[in-house]
Amino acid sequence: MSHSDPHSEGPALGHVLPLKMLVGVLVALLLLTGLTVWTGQMNFHGWDLKIAMVIAGIKATLVCAIFMHLKWDRPLNAIFFLISIVFVAVFLAFTVLDTYENEVNVEALIESKR
Amino acid sequence: MTESSATSHVHDEHVAHHFDDAAQQFETGKLGIWTFLLTEVLFFSGLFVVYSTLRNNNPEVFAYAAQFLDTKLGFLNTCVLLLSSFTFALGVRNAMLGQTKALGINLVITFLCAAGFMGIKYQEYSHKYHEGLLWSGSEHSVFKANLDDVHPEIRAHSSVWGDAQKLTPEFRHEIGQFFAIYFCLTGLHGIHVLLGMILIAWLLMRNARGDFGPNNFNAVDFGALYWHLVDLIWIFLFPLLYLIA
Repeated sequence: MSHSDPHSEGPALGHVLPLKMLVGVLVALLLLTGLTVWTGQMNFHGWDLKIAMVIAGIKATLVCAIFMHLKWDRPLNAIFFLISIVFVAVFLAFTVLDTYENEVNVEALIESKR
Repeated sequence: MTESSATSHVHDEHVAHHFDDAAQQFETGKLGIWTFLLTEVLFFSGLFVVYSTLRNNNPEVFAYAAQFLDTKLGFLNTCVLLLSSFTFALGVRNAMLGQTKALGINLVITFLCAAGFMGIKYQEYSHKYHEGLLWSGSEHSVFKANLDDVHPEIRAHSSVWGDAQKLTPEFRHEIGQFFAIYFCLTGLHGIHVLLGMILIAWLLMRNARGDFGPNNFNAVDFGALYWHLVDLIWIFLFPLLYLIA
């Protein structure tokens, strides 16, 4: 097999993650979960949701990069995944914009039906 | 392909005949799984869009309804799922290194975590059912626009019945919408956890048969990728549902 390296142990394919790294990621994920519960009980005056989403984003990045080993994969896999995130962002952003845009009309319609 | 390379092409028993070598098989499979995960993200995104529209329109409804979700159970479930992702990642490592016994143990722990997650979810769901904390269209819902429609059993037993009577019909209906999206999001996620459990059981069976080793761990690796995605979705669901300020 062309990929096997006689000097290294382990498999010919894939990338074996060091045990310490996996444990480190788990600890970081648990600490971040604790942090998001703590910030959830605070009042950040309208920033609460944004803070919670930033923490979730950091957790998601850790899972993707390390547990799902995107960091060591061919970039195409990460690009595929990022494309899905871009589409979700477009989907969300335009729906929210439209909701704000039409809120007055919807309220008027509800009012007229009463 | 030249004739010499075709004849020197020795096929590994783990490599399907339509692949040149194990590396090509591995990379192709991986891209296939990532494509599937892309569709999964889009699949869930529809519900996330509904969630954000409802929450944007009625932030006060979400703030009110959040009191009915148990943050402790949500937190516990988050930890259980993170732990299961960790043990599955360990399992992939074991498979790559040929440690089949440790792989079996880690798969069993992952399976038990998944079962624990569903057990806690069952506790939450049954509590909501008994209290009538359901979408307005449900027979057992306490959040009916018309109070006369509330089931007699719910009136007699639900601790929320007293409060529900004080709310306006519109507000009750909107809380019902919150529970509709809550059950859709957690339900779809729960179905994914159940499918993951079947997947883990299948991997355990194959591992017992001696299928996996340093030259053949693709199924374990790809199964783990799916499981991490299920974890990833929950990472977002937890603050969005259980930590509404």
